[in-house]
Amino acid sequence: MKFAVIVFPGSNCDMDLFHAIETGLGEEVDYVFHTETNLENYDAILLPGGFSYGDYLRSGAIASFSNVMESVKQFAESGKPVLGICNGFQVLLEAGLLPGAMKRNEALKFICRPVELTVENNKSIFTTNYGLHEKINVPIAHAEGNYECDEETLKDLEQNNQIVFRYVNNPNGSVSDIAGIVNERGNVLGMMPHPERAVDELLGSADGLKLFQSMLANWREHHAITS
Amino acid sequence: MPLLLEPNTEEVKEKKLYREMGLTDEEFKLVERILGRLPNYTETGIFSVMWSEHCSYKKSRPLLKKFPTTGRHVLQGPGEGAGVVDIGDGQAAVFKIESHNHPSAIEPYQGAATGVGGIIRDVFSMGARPVALLNSLRFGELDQPRTKYLFEEVVAGIAGYGNCVGVPTVGGEIQFDDCYKGNPLVNAMCVGLIDHDRLQVGQAKGIGNTVMYIGSKTGRDGIHGATFASEELTDDSQEDRPAVQVGDPFMEKLLIEACLDLVESDALVGIQDMGAAGLTSSASEMASKAGTGIEMNLDLVPQREQDMTPYEMMLSESQERMLVVIEKGREQEIKDIVSKYGIEAVEVGKVTDDKRLRLTFQNEVVGNMPVDALAEEAPVYHLPSKEPEAFKRNQSMNLELPEVKDANELLINLLKAPTIANKEWVYDQYDYMVQTNTVLAPGSDSAVIRIKGTNKALAMTTDCNSRYLHLDPKTGGEIAVAEAARNIICSGAEPLALTDCLNFGNPEKEENFWMMEKATDGMAEAASQLSTPVISGNVSLYNETNGTSVYPTPVVGMVGLIHDIDHITKQQVQRAGDLVYVIGETTLEIGGSEVQKHLFGHYEGATPKIDLQVEKERQELLLKSIQQGLVQSAHDVSEGGLAVALAEKVMGTSYGLNVALQGEHLLDLFSETQSRFIVTVAKGNQEQFEQVVSDCNLVGAVTEDAKLNIKWNEQSVINQNVDSLTDHWKGAIPCLVKSKG
Repeated sequence: MKFAVIVFPGSNCDMDLFHAIETGLGEEVDYVFHTETNLENYDAILLPGGFSYGDYLRSGAIASFSNVMESVKQFAESGKPVLGICNGFQVLLEAGLLPGAMKRNEALKFICRPVELTVENNKSIFTTNYGLHEKINVPIAHAEGNYECDEETLKDLEQNNQIVFRYVNNPNGSVSDIAGIVNERGNVLGMMPHPERAVDELLGSADGLKLFQSMLANWREHHAITS
Repeated sequence: MPLLLEPNTEEVKEKKLYREMGLTDEEFKLVERILGRLPNYTETGIFSVMWSEHCSYKKSRPLLKKFPTTGRHVLQGPGEGAGVVDIGDGQAAVFKIESHNHPSAIEPYQGAATGVGGIIRDVFSMGARPVALLNSLRFGELDQPRTKYLFEEVVAGIAGYGNCVGVPTVGGEIQFDDCYKGNPLVNAMCVGLIDHDRLQVGQAKGIGNTVMYIGSKTGRDGIHGATFASEELTDDSQEDRPAVQVGDPFMEKLLIEACLDLVESDALVGIQDMGAAGLTSSASEMASKAGTGIEMNLDLVPQREQDMTPYEMMLSESQERMLVVIEKGREQEIKDIVSKYGIEAVEVGKVTDDKRLRLTFQNEVVGNMPVDALAEEAPVYHLPSKEPEAFKRNQSMNLELPEVKDANELLINLLKAPTIANKEWVYDQYDYMVQTNTVLAPGSDSAVIRIKGTNKALAMTTDCNSRYLHLDPKTGGEIAVAEAARNIICSGAEPLALTDCLNFGNPEKEENFWMMEKATDGMAEAASQLSTPVISGNVSLYNETNGTSVYPTPVVGMVGLIHDIDHITKQQVQRAGDLVYVIGETTLEIGGSEVQKHLFGHYEGATPKIDLQVEKERQELLLKSIQQGLVQSAHDVSEGGLAVALAEKVMGTSYGLNVALQGEHLLDLFSETQSRFIVTVAKGNQEQFEQVVSDCNLVGAVTEDAKLNIKWNEQSVINQNVDSLTDHWKGAIPCLVKSKG
């Protein structure tokens, strides 16, 4: 399976994500610059955390207009997996690939710490290797991770089983303790916690690895059927 | 336009305008002699900033000479952007600490943020990737709105810059004492990683080579920042706000990636950060080190504002700028590399053979000075010193030793003292995990980051208990180095080298200079005994507000090598049943201690003593036992003594301790005797451990029951639920920050 890590100016978790795929998962991965428009060679697109364009204006706002994003949208429309982590989630929201928006954390401060999440949906292509309601430990590191959406959207998210991760102890004020959501089709996941920071017990947790392993397992299954 | 308003050459002399820039009458005469004519306004500004203490170390240089700067690991000592030590396998660690005290006192967010930015540039200008940041901070007590504001904004500034630029802030320390009320200390340390063959130097070699400017445009911010940093703060210092720079961490992130790409190109000859004194220092230092000169056309300098004068351009400290020297004819290659990151590289001058810094502007020569005079030949001062009366008095003082009526209450109060209290409120705001290497996070004795692709890790810490230095600068200086090494050892690392940030008051006051002499004596001795040479550093003088100096605070930043990640050792206990040992005997030493502050509200008397030979032996034996896999956890005993250190072994865990101690005075529990450690050892390793570490005392065991039980001469004196201790310890700082007053 071949992954692309998109690099925006100011992305700073791109190398961590690259490392998680290459060393943790053991699959092929490339850095793809924000100017690139051809994503045909890839099986999955990863939008990393960081401060794209310094998060000036609004987190993820400027990056959502970069050249590569048109191709990311087409990629998503084709049904292939797109994962946005932290700033990558913010970019997906700004690009309209996922519903809702981010506000500043309730306490108005950046928060970096390991948090406990519940896997709310283990049917998505990102979470099949987890148990339903499994508690996992994955770090967060953000100033704007307070997820917000209107009541109707929230109802849709719940009805369609689009809420994939919830915080056990909500750290940032997110509505309905939401930590990660997928689109209706289920192939675009946005999450504030950093699974790429949890792929090695030495650093405290390897619970994030199953997310990438789920993507790989689903790709293999799909690949076996189509080829 | 402003050029016309600039004073002419005669006015600079007649009206003694150089004095405002920080030059003395004698120094101005020396400049006149060097040039063989009167300097113009721009040249006067350039000399004054290059001869400021911040850039020239003219008042501290005789003291810095005492430091050992070489050793078997040292690849680069002081003099370049940062020091470099070998860590094996062709890799090296690059590190330096630097102060940003004055800017942070005036504009705490930007002051702290740009301090972080500056030290990161020092590291990547060596060609290294910055992999970790630490901060050593000092504030007044958290009982005043202004202090709380400074504390919150400094932390926010460090977070704002470090988080965005993607370098994890993994450690540091914070002390609170009234002497820092008006003059907080903000010292930032950066550690980088590099392969030996990528090491860069800041040299302008090769006559005819091209000088290029990379990064942000030059604006009017930070003009004379280095001079401002070399003066005392007064109530009017707020007016110096324009001397504080504004940081752009986004640009810094782009600059890091662009410069690390540049390092791969053999077209690059030399690279240096435009830090203090901006274009002036980078150009003159690069030329001076290479034995060349530089000619610059200031019309070509990228400018953010209109009608900037040569004076403003040369003295601006606008952030996120680098000066590079490129092989002539290969400028386009450089432009192509950096343009990938949306950054411009602009030719602004060339390397010459006449050892002069020559500046042209609108077809006129506006400056022409010998580079060595600027970079190397600032007058060196041997300032007079005098032993303060208080020193002798403190040495012979018989301290009042109060009876401890309730050790439980005293322990809780000490855990709530801001200097000891848990700093989660602070480091929760720092991204300490980005780059996915952080094994031991902030709050540990040392931070530890693994080195990907190897079995090695780096341990790092900053330390300085300035209360000891206040009472006895030499002993305090020794302790600062020893404590840093202790912290490194506890994590399972071999100490390699140190960087220092010497924060002192006005050196022209004889008693202050005496403090500097003694403190550096102590540091030099300890650095030499413990084989941790000084490879980089920074001096920050004039840390005074309205005439009152801060305590002498020579912060030590130390880096150690963990040869095998299996040696990584945590400070907290790991499992029930393990044996608890105290290494080192305790004597009643409370001068400069946290318990003295708590009981009496001030510090006096003699500080704890330190025997560097004993220190060295214990450190070596403890490290040996850790490397042999005999130790489950290790922690040094520092502020608050054994009682606090024992609490720190279990707070935040689900375990407890059963400990029995003996002694004459219950106050011993809070004594700050040096060179002590608390370690836990698995029962099965008892015999082997006791053989390796001879002067250890078995005092108890780790318990399943989360209670801290301490018996003193068979009497139970401390009996607390660990959860409750943890709540006090973690709740103190958030509570102080929130409370009004």
